[in-house]
Amino acid sequence: MTQLATETVLDPQTSPPLLEVENLAVEFDTYGGTVQAVRGVNFTVEQGKTLAIVGESGCGKSVTVQSMMGLIPMPPGRITSGSARLRGIEVLGRNAIAGKEIRGAEIGMIFQDPMTSLNPTMTIGDQIAEPLQGHRGYSYRRAFNAAIELLDLSKIPEAARRARQYPFEFSGGMLQRAMIAMAIACKPSILIADEPTTALDVTIQAQILDLLRDLQTETGMAIILITHDLGVVARMANEVAVMYAGKIVEHGSVDDIFYRSAHPYTLGLRAAMPTNDPSLKHELTPIEGSPPDLFAPPPGCGYCPRCPHAMQVCDSRDADDYYLEARHFSRCWLHHDAASLKPDELYFRNSD
Amino acid sequence: MAELLEVIELTRYFDIGRNQHVHAVEKVSLNIAEQEIVGLVGESGSGKSTFGKTIVGLHAKTSGTVKYRGESLPQKYVPADFQRLAAKMQMILQDPYSSLNPRMTVGEIIGEGLRLHTDKKAGEIKDCVADWLVKVGLQANHMSRYPHEFSGGQRQRIGIARALILQPEFVVCDEPISALDVSVQAQVINLLRELKDTMGLTLLFIAHDLSMVRYVSDRMAVMYLGSLVEIGKADEVYFDPRHPYTEILIGSNPEPDPQLERNRPSTAIQGEIPSPVNVPEGCRFASRCPQVMEVCRQTTPELIALKDVDRKVACHLYS
Repeated sequence: MTQLATETVLDPQTSPPLLEVENLAVEFDTYGGTVQAVRGVNFTVEQGKTLAIVGESGCGKSVTVQSMMGLIPMPPGRITSGSARLRGIEVLGRNAIAGKEIRGAEIGMIFQDPMTSLNPTMTIGDQIAEPLQGHRGYSYRRAFNAAIELLDLSKIPEAARRARQYPFEFSGGMLQRAMIAMAIACKPSILIADEPTTALDVTIQAQILDLLRDLQTETGMAIILITHDLGVVARMANEVAVMYAGKIVEHGSVDDIFYRSAHPYTLGLRAAMPTNDPSLKHELTPIEGSPPDLFAPPPGCGYCPRCPHAMQVCDSRDADDYYLEARHFSRCWLHHDAASLKPDELYFRNSD
Repeated sequence: MAELLEVIELTRYFDIGRNQHVHAVEKVSLNIAEQEIVGLVGESGSGKSTFGKTIVGLHAKTSGTVKYRGESLPQKYVPADFQRLAAKMQMILQDPYSSLNPRMTVGEIIGEGLRLHTDKKAGEIKDCVADWLVKVGLQANHMSRYPHEFSGGQRQRIGIARALILQPEFVVCDEPISALDVSVQAQVINLLRELKDTMGLTLLFIAHDLSMVRYVSDRMAVMYLGSLVEIGKADEVYFDPRHPYTEILIGSNPEPDPQLERNRPSTAIQGEIPSPVNVPEGCRFASRCPQVMEVCRQTTPELIALKDVDRKVACHLYS
């Protein structure tokens, strides 16, 4: 209680954010050469808030979060630079901070495919009990009873019976609930959800997203949501980081990203999706080409070869983060004073 | 517009032993006019893919009729039927990874149809394949490569070229974009629309991305647990759904608009799609329907036309 009280007096301007990632870079050695999967990523996550990381396959969004969890196999992987601080304490390269293990206890994670992420030879209840036995030192019986409570919290009907069943007896949506129960077992301060609903139907997706939001309100945990579905982002996120070719190209509040998008890639993504405005049936504008080869990343902006507004400078030098507002930046030369075209003039822009 | 395809009470069961059957598709009737795009949506397990595959003859029909330009198609295809009909009806398969033979070159995969169905010489086939590779946005010299050398989006294009090289009239697209990234989805959709305009294609577009189906289709059909619950003009169904299931399905679909999402009440439906093995009497949606009535559990609702809009709905609320 006393600790809570001191936390609330802390000035939000000076107290460190829950998670602060700075200049993170990750490489992988492969037979074809070294892939620079993540090339200098900065972001912060606030308590009780949801950050969505958006981008296409291969842009480095999963690698970014896996490196914080210590899930990058090393070798071939390598964190070449950067830091990730949880409440001001460095987590990269460490298994535990202040006596609490990071993976599972401080940061929980759920994966895209619950079918292959769970052990088919263990009952659901045993699998949820396992982290409690390991991290908390619970006895088996106590952990199993806690597992039943967690299943109940994840809104699985008949939790006590279901806990004794195996993964093959669960449907996809139920398995994802079980994974969530497992991830929140040790009350992590951050839950990382890596494409949690991509394999599910929209109706089940809506259930899972509702569940995540309810759990967030109850526990005050932060969520890092990795997805490529902008609809899910709009429903869930407070802040959005758009990643492209291993870098964050635009970051801002969800309204900044959807109503005041500034980076040509964000605008391109939006133009490639059907809008749900009955009066407007705009042509879908695909982003031509494909992302750059990260074996030999371009010296300039990674999006330059596909960008309809690329200028000479884009090819040779990467832009800085231009802050359009206090918490909204875009990494694009178009924001430079010398650029003749302004992002306001690109594609369509919704007024808010 | 003339009807190209008439599906009358098409039913497909799968035998799973012990005298039990999966009722994958049950008495679905649907007409598709020439050059029309009909979008088919529903949860997984609703029978969308089985319906598409049964139409093109990849599954035998348990009962019901499929008429193509007035001609009844055989109940179970023999090789000669495929030989005759494959040039008219084709299918683009869902998974671009498992639907291409890894031991054949892309040229062989795309050209196989021409080799089997026409008397073109090898050189002519090669020219034709090269043409199609360019048409779907690849390069002619990709012909000698193997499928593993391509990305998901490129493979989906190979699947499209393979389906369209025989210049079919009717194509079933089974989730052609769900394995692709957003930026690539738009490429494939634009390609399909362009080819539809230039070749006069008729499409049955199966997908679970409701926004994309609304965008692509002229009409939208909604399936639940093997039966058709609603069909009408795509925009009208999307913005004014009448069947309780369609309403929930569309309400669950997250829209890329944060303000709208914030103001929208949660419409998450409880429960999951029931097993299609022991299908209960009455309306198949009764167990999850928020507006369920006594009659729903006893009699199966017929698909009836509504009076105020051009729409057919299978729900007792409207009878």
